[in-house]
Amino acid sequence: MRLGASDLACSRGGREVFSGLRFELSAGEALVITGANGAGKSSLLRLIAGLLQPTGGTLLLDGGDTDLTLGEQVHYLGHQDALKPSLTVAENLAFWVQFLGGSQAAMAPALATIGLAGIAALPAAYLSAGQRRRLSIARLIAVKRPIWLLDEPTAALDTEAQATLAGLMAEHLSEGGLIVAATHGPIGLEPAAELKLGGRS
Amino acid sequence: MTALTALLVRDMRLAVRVGGGALIGVLFFLIVVTIVPFAIGPDLALLAQIGPAILWLGALLASLLALDRLIGADYEDGSLDLILTARVPLELAVAVKALAHWLTTGLPLVAAAPLLGLLLNLDPTATGAVALTLAAGTPALTFIGLVGAALTVALRRGGLLLAVLILPLTIPVLIFGVAASNAAVVGPVPFGPPFTILCALTLISAVIGPIAAAAALRHGLD
Repeated sequence: MRLGASDLACSRGGREVFSGLRFELSAGEALVITGANGAGKSSLLRLIAGLLQPTGGTLLLDGGDTDLTLGEQVHYLGHQDALKPSLTVAENLAFWVQFLGGSQAAMAPALATIGLAGIAALPAAYLSAGQRRRLSIARLIAVKRPIWLLDEPTAALDTEAQATLAGLMAEHLSEGGLIVAATHGPIGLEPAAELKLGGRS
Repeated sequence: MTALTALLVRDMRLAVRVGGGALIGVLFFLIVVTIVPFAIGPDLALLAQIGPAILWLGALLASLLALDRLIGADYEDGSLDLILTARVPLELAVAVKALAHWLTTGLPLVAAAPLLGLLLNLDPTATGAVALTLAAGTPALTFIGLVGAALTVALRRGGLLLAVLILPLTIPVLIFGVAASNAAVVGPVPFGPPFTILCALTLISAVIGPIAAAAALRHGLD
């Protein structure tokens, strides 16, 4: 499986965010996107997820499931956690697992891995920012998808959860998955190719 | 459970949990219909005559109340992004959301209508006719509202704009809903033709609404 971009351009609100962007990523590889605020890190992830349309260039996925679009094969972990405060932790995860096409059996292990098994019956309204993040990450492991798009995945996570996430990412890569992560600091993905946005590179 | 059933169950669950607002519409319907006799005065004959129209107007306004949360809530918390990456056509996903919305906000209006008919001095035939036309017509209001909800999803405080956009489009539903109700009570036209047209309006909007709403959401991606 290979994900590639050539001459990719993106503009938001009439302003060009980036253009002429190219990268290539094979199975088992990770790409870390860095750059100043507003350099287009999140925009690039949304572009790959199909949530934004590129203004130029192409995104190509080789060797994926040909019946599905690129967006249907990614896990998008954005800034927002997509949780409903009035549903419990387990109900939130169960919904996304069913809706995104995962198996119910993977839910309990995912909650245990991420350290939320003890509060599965708690409404999500009472979760801290870090716990909400953990619940979003549980989605990544409960539903199998080959490409992970992570936007600041370690934001609000404590050191223990950061280590867990690093382990999960390493496991995903070793199973032949792809990771594209936007970040400001080290997230435990080293060594990984780095794409620096902003400074014309 | 399939993806669409999961979405239906989740949306219905959200509507009846804290802050879901499923009963707000019924309460609003109740208060609108209750204040009408105070405005009109104690003229029982007049109330019975305009009763079906008042019930329909009340239901129309009440069905607008929760529309801005229909897609707006999912937009604000990032759920819409994930719905777009699911392997379910967006048209079907929004259609299911509209169905859940109707089951939790439209159906209670239909159930409350016979009770409110008493307040307006409607006889049993008229009450039954209004409840039947509401049952057939309120899904159309939801599916038309779905398009407005998708168009205004990115706007803060889009609720009022949504109402202004949607109300003109609901006029045909209102006309045939009230016409069918009146036909059952006073005639002279039979109940059948306006009721059939009302059903047709619901079927048309159930097809066009989700397609238009999905197109609006895709176009508005940013």
